[in-house]
Amino acid sequence: MALLSPTKPAHARGGPDRPPRRLGLSQRLGRLDVKISPYLYISPFFLLFAVVGLFPLVYTAIVSLYDWNLLGGQGDFVGMANYVAVLQQPLFWKSVVNTFSIFLFSSVPQVIMAITIAAILDQNLRAATFWRMGVLVPFVVAPVAISMIFGRLYADQYGFINEVLGLVGVDPVAWHGDRLASHFAISTMVNYRWTGYNTLIFLAAMQAVPRELYEAAVIDGAGRVRQFFSVTVPQIRATVIFVVITSTVGGMQIFDEVRMYDSQGLGGPNRDWMTTVVYLYDVAWGNQKSFGRAAAVAWLLFLLIVLIGMINFLLTQRIATGGGRGPKVSRRHTKRLLAEARAAAASHDGPVPSAAPGGTPGAGQGSPPPPPSIPPVRPPAGPQSPNPGEDVR
Amino acid sequence: MLSSTRPRRSRRVAAATAGIASLALILGACSGDSEDPGTTGDGDGEAMDEEITLTVATFNDFGYTEELLAQYADEHPNVTIEHVTAAESGDARTNLTTKLAAGGEGLADIEAIEVDWLPELMQYPSLFADLPTIDGRWVDWKVEQATTPEGQLIGYGTDIGPEAICYRSDLLEAAGMPSEREEVAEWIGGEGATWESYFEAGKEYTEASGDAWFDSAQATFQGMVNQLDAAYEDPATGEPLDLATNTQVKDLYDQVLTAAVEDDLSAGLEQWGDDWSAGFQNDAFATMLCPSWMTGPIEERAGSIEGWDIADVFPGGGGNWGGSFLTVPASGANTEAATELADWLTSPEIQTQAFENSGTFPSQIEVQQSDEVLAYVNDFMSGAPAGEIFATRAQSIDGAPFKGANYFAIHAEVQNGINRVDLNGEDPEKSWETAVTDAQNVIQ
Repeated sequence: MALLSPTKPAHARGGPDRPPRRLGLSQRLGRLDVKISPYLYISPFFLLFAVVGLFPLVYTAIVSLYDWNLLGGQGDFVGMANYVAVLQQPLFWKSVVNTFSIFLFSSVPQVIMAITIAAILDQNLRAATFWRMGVLVPFVVAPVAISMIFGRLYADQYGFINEVLGLVGVDPVAWHGDRLASHFAISTMVNYRWTGYNTLIFLAAMQAVPRELYEAAVIDGAGRVRQFFSVTVPQIRATVIFVVITSTVGGMQIFDEVRMYDSQGLGGPNRDWMTTVVYLYDVAWGNQKSFGRAAAVAWLLFLLIVLIGMINFLLTQRIATGGGRGPKVSRRHTKRLLAEARAAAASHDGPVPSAAPGGTPGAGQGSPPPPPSIPPVRPPAGPQSPNPGEDVR
Repeated sequence: MLSSTRPRRSRRVAAATAGIASLALILGACSGDSEDPGTTGDGDGEAMDEEITLTVATFNDFGYTEELLAQYADEHPNVTIEHVTAAESGDARTNLTTKLAAGGEGLADIEAIEVDWLPELMQYPSLFADLPTIDGRWVDWKVEQATTPEGQLIGYGTDIGPEAICYRSDLLEAAGMPSEREEVAEWIGGEGATWESYFEAGKEYTEASGDAWFDSAQATFQGMVNQLDAAYEDPATGEPLDLATNTQVKDLYDQVLTAAVEDDLSAGLEQWGDDWSAGFQNDAFATMLCPSWMTGPIEERAGSIEGWDIADVFPGGGGNWGGSFLTVPASGANTEAATELADWLTSPEIQTQAFENSGTFPSQIEVQQSDEVLAYVNDFMSGAPAGEIFATRAQSIDGAPFKGANYFAIHAEVQNGINRVDLNGEDPEKSWETAVTDAQNVIQ
């Protein structure tokens, strides 16, 4: 390509005054080079994606349409029968509920803890690198090792936690008998492992926030907490979205911790803590040995993750923008609107609504203001209104 | 200022979707891989005197040491043996089934299998070489287990698991019960021991000491159900029986749970779980069912505890729990040479050496009564003559139960049912109903 490139300017120079004599092979190649090279440069990712991403997805979809035994291989085409069979299994739905429950117990506290720790680490600490590296230590520990240690902690009869509870006179918790307790226990393993990792991602984003913003906030009289919510969180919003989505995907695919939580690794005698991925594993490699059904489970799980990921994405976007400038905007906006409403009411010689001193939309709704003022008061609370954004600009 | 850095929402949503999709795909693709303890046996499939490499894949400890395998290499200079060991039988099973599913690529020339995987593998006998029969080497039922209805032998037997009762002599003594090996065997019922007499002895102990008699109802049930000729399926057709009307299993279920819950004989520990392991150190129970290979795990967990012993008795006649086979996957390049090696590895002389190395009780008839086996003494088990006891126990095993394609699926549900009661205190009848429903869902 380097050899071809000099021919190009020559062609362009002779272009306008005389017709091109003929297009040589090198020129043609040159033109091709311009058109195709960019795609070639970015192709490695897409080729890799096609091999390790797209192909398994499509192949899984094909497998899910067949009666496919682990050992026997491909069988008859059965259409959607595998999906129907899976959706009719009560165990599938139980595993979905378990997955959600464990996901909520793990991802929500995990993200909150991670962002809090990151905010603390973002301050001027002594030996900052030591602390920052320290939070990553749990991530380096192998999940199986974590599960073994936590298994000892959470054992029902001779577990460390129940022993400690016994010392302070609390009844032992049935970590393997009570459904919610088992979800909590598994979530702590997940949190132990992933909080530090997410903290570092948050920290990296926080370091990139321009310091001038904090200076300006300090001059404006904002305290630490206010700085955090009004400067830090809005500035790292993209990272929050990233972390929420990755932890959603991870949270919906919890496997190791469940496999190691008891000796059979299938969610206990009642399948009380069997996640959907473990269910998938059991369908494919357990007693059913049905790759077809397992592929159907994989696809259903994929759709579920996309759905939850989308919901989380929309939620995160709302919270991050709302948390950043929501209060400031809405208060000023509300005050102005209330002033207008008062003026309008005065001109109507009605009673002046003296309510809404705080100016929050909720308080405004509580007292009955004159009819025409209601619609403008409400929008700041809703995300669907374009008003707040325009107002700021 | 902030909003100006914000792209339009719709594009963001699309980007997020793509992001989630690719992440899910990548993670999904990763999770499909399993650990891979096997290596490729890369023989050339040429004549027998050519240089070949044979791979033997086993799990846990088969007692196949380097020195033992070196003997074969000495006799066959053209053969190099590679021995691959998986830490757990579960890993080996996943490895085997995954590679069989992939057409046999990457399998070892000899793959060890556990008796529990036989029913699933027997459905696809063409995946394994048909091994030439060797008359009179093994106990009959061991050969029957690995023979398909069409008469193909898919594996050569290595060890078996004759069951006895392991007990804590110190705990029995403290409770004022018999504690000497012969006394305990007699107390539990001697030659005519039944499950009733075993549980009766348990009641005496539990009343005197207030402690549990056995470790887990599910483990005890395992021993009971292994004595049924055909627990969950019709041996003639292989069709699964309806669990709701399966009275022989229900009777055992009721019997073991009455003993476990009403008579309070069970320590309520899930076998192989963390509590179970800790129970050995906490004097949680006095006796347990004890296949020959169980002495290893007991020693591992009980460690410094002194007083473990073996009683030469087993309720309800003889019982076998576990045991393994060597198979030769048909896809291998050197199946003939591999068959020869499997033959050698399961020969009485070699299996005796393996027994001395790791305590796996041989399935070969002639060495079960050999001096080497009979002389074996287990120091940890208070110096019990383990070789002699298990040789006697092996005599009383009269056959292997029928286990078809659905055996383990149904059995797992019944085990879950027992655990729900034994571990979590659920009502036995309700738990049985659940097991019946769940079993219906897993039958193929």
